[in-house]
Amino acid sequence: MNTRPETLIPVIGVITDVRLDTPDIKTFRVVTPDGKKAFDHRPGQCAMLSIPGVGEAMFSITSSPTNTEYMEFSIKKCGCVTEWLHQAEVGQQITIRGPYGNPFPVDDEFVGKNLLFIAGGVGLAPLRSVINYCRHYRSKYGTIDIVYGSRSKEDLLQYREIIEEWATDEGINVHLTIDREQENWDGHVGFVPNYVKELGFDTNKTAVLCGPPIMIKFTLEGLRSLGFEKTQMYTTLELKMKCGVGKCGRCNVGSKYVCKDGPVFRFDELDELPDEY
Amino acid sequence: MFKSSLNSINEIFAKIAENATLYLPSDNKDGNAVYTKWENGVVWSNSLNTVKSPKDFFFPQVEDMMAFKTEGKNIEINDIREESEDFVVFGVRACDVRSFDILDRVFLVDPCDSYYANRREHGIIISVACTKPSETCFCKTFDIDATNPGGDITVWKTEDSLYWSANTDRGRELLSKLNLEECGDEAVNEQKAKTEAILNKLPLANLNTDGFGGDKTDALFDRPEWKTLSESCLGCGTCTFVCPTCQCYDIKDFNTGNQVIRYRCWDSCMYSDFTKMAHGNNRLSQVERFRQRFMHKLVYYPANNDGIFGCAGCGRCVSKCPISMNIVKVMKTLGGND
Repeated sequence: MNTRPETLIPVIGVITDVRLDTPDIKTFRVVTPDGKKAFDHRPGQCAMLSIPGVGEAMFSITSSPTNTEYMEFSIKKCGCVTEWLHQAEVGQQITIRGPYGNPFPVDDEFVGKNLLFIAGGVGLAPLRSVINYCRHYRSKYGTIDIVYGSRSKEDLLQYREIIEEWATDEGINVHLTIDREQENWDGHVGFVPNYVKELGFDTNKTAVLCGPPIMIKFTLEGLRSLGFEKTQMYTTLELKMKCGVGKCGRCNVGSKYVCKDGPVFRFDELDELPDEY
Repeated sequence: MFKSSLNSINEIFAKIAENATLYLPSDNKDGNAVYTKWENGVVWSNSLNTVKSPKDFFFPQVEDMMAFKTEGKNIEINDIREESEDFVVFGVRACDVRSFDILDRVFLVDPCDSYYANRREHGIIISVACTKPSETCFCKTFDIDATNPGGDITVWKTEDSLYWSANTDRGRELLSKLNLEECGDEAVNEQKAKTEAILNKLPLANLNTDGFGGDKTDALFDRPEWKTLSESCLGCGTCTFVCPTCQCYDIKDFNTGNQVIRYRCWDSCMYSDFTKMAHGNNRLSQVERFRQRFMHKLVYYPANNDGIFGCAGCGRCVSKCPISMNIVKVMKTLGGND
């Protein structure tokens, strides 16, 4: 028997709750069969989830490390593994391994800073872990602004948590927007990059971006035009991954492996990579 | 330094095979040298090198990793890893010995790949110095000494004799069991000088590597030549499959009917679906995939590994590519070697 440690061999996870968040995103709660968290993680890190016979895929852990009871994953239905997960019921076992990648620097660079989170669609999933971590250790950070947009009101992920918890926190400003006018919506209408420019943030903030590549591109330009430096902006990347530990070669961009050297990057670090992500 | 007569090689193979499974290059019925399990009657090939590289010994083309049983909503994970048997690979050339070092720097770094480490710990490498390097060889470009190939034991072949020298503790242990006659190194030095004379005349032996290395991403990535170089690439992946240093892999599940086997297999960055995922594909064209393969060997790998290039100059891709495109042409075109 080869008893050497092996990160590619997962452990069992049990889905203990499934929440339909948007028409195509569900949030899954996962614990081990004995009811514990499978492992500790830092905000921004990821885990490999699999269903034997279907496949394995990398997902960001959307729950905060400060949640000591379970892990949560907000997953959009868009491929084989995710479609299978979307039809799974409470009690279903899956496999889980991790944590993988580098976290957001919540305990160093972020400390003492005003934070500006900007997310689009399911891009809120990785940022939710950071936001809730920062809410938990609120005194370590300055002001917190959250700009979040989606196609419609129904497509806003974690809408209840945003309205009932984040928006009611002192010192947290939540700015929601949807792409097109709709009934029962009296908030902002328009794309995230434009909204960010309209809000015209002061540059005394550290910005954290996650969303579709096109949103990132234009939001980055918008923030740059407001005077933000690349050294004060972070994002988290998503590429095809198989191993999660920088060996299978899929997420290799330049001399970096997104799974192990990322997925969190500061924008000036991304400048050193070829434009292939 | 120890000596044996070439005639007694089968007795030595038999002795090695007493304690470990022995593999060596032997010609198959088509006349191609392939690594073959030694038993009485298996003849050591005279070919310069094997068609496929020996990386299979440590990183097999396909390998089962774990098994799952599912019942209703429940899953059982079975660790099916077994301790490898002891084995010896005889006849490894200098280029392929370097390839193990290149692979070690991927698989043995934290977190160590247990599948690879297991085989590496159980496998002894007996290299054989080249005597007739071919015109597709360019190991010298990467500072590899074909006359001094390394591994656990090095063997030099002359007309009628073999000369043996151990480089590691486990090599010394094995060599001591072979009861060979001690000798001086004059014959070996003479043989090395002859080979060096050939090496110096090889057309590809001294490619200029100055234009490549860890700091050359900006200088090379947007070069227009990638387009013409990759124009005729079929994306067949032959280069990656014969390559001793290509290490990209896929992980897949196979349902046998009563359980699911999760296995890994070689994959190729030359394939169109290599980076394809639900939200898109970051390398949509063959130019991008072609560039990735060579940038990885000549820039990205050295950037992460003390400047060591991810190519060993074995020349397999040079002779096997169906459209005759290869790393040598890439280096000549982009590195000012023309």
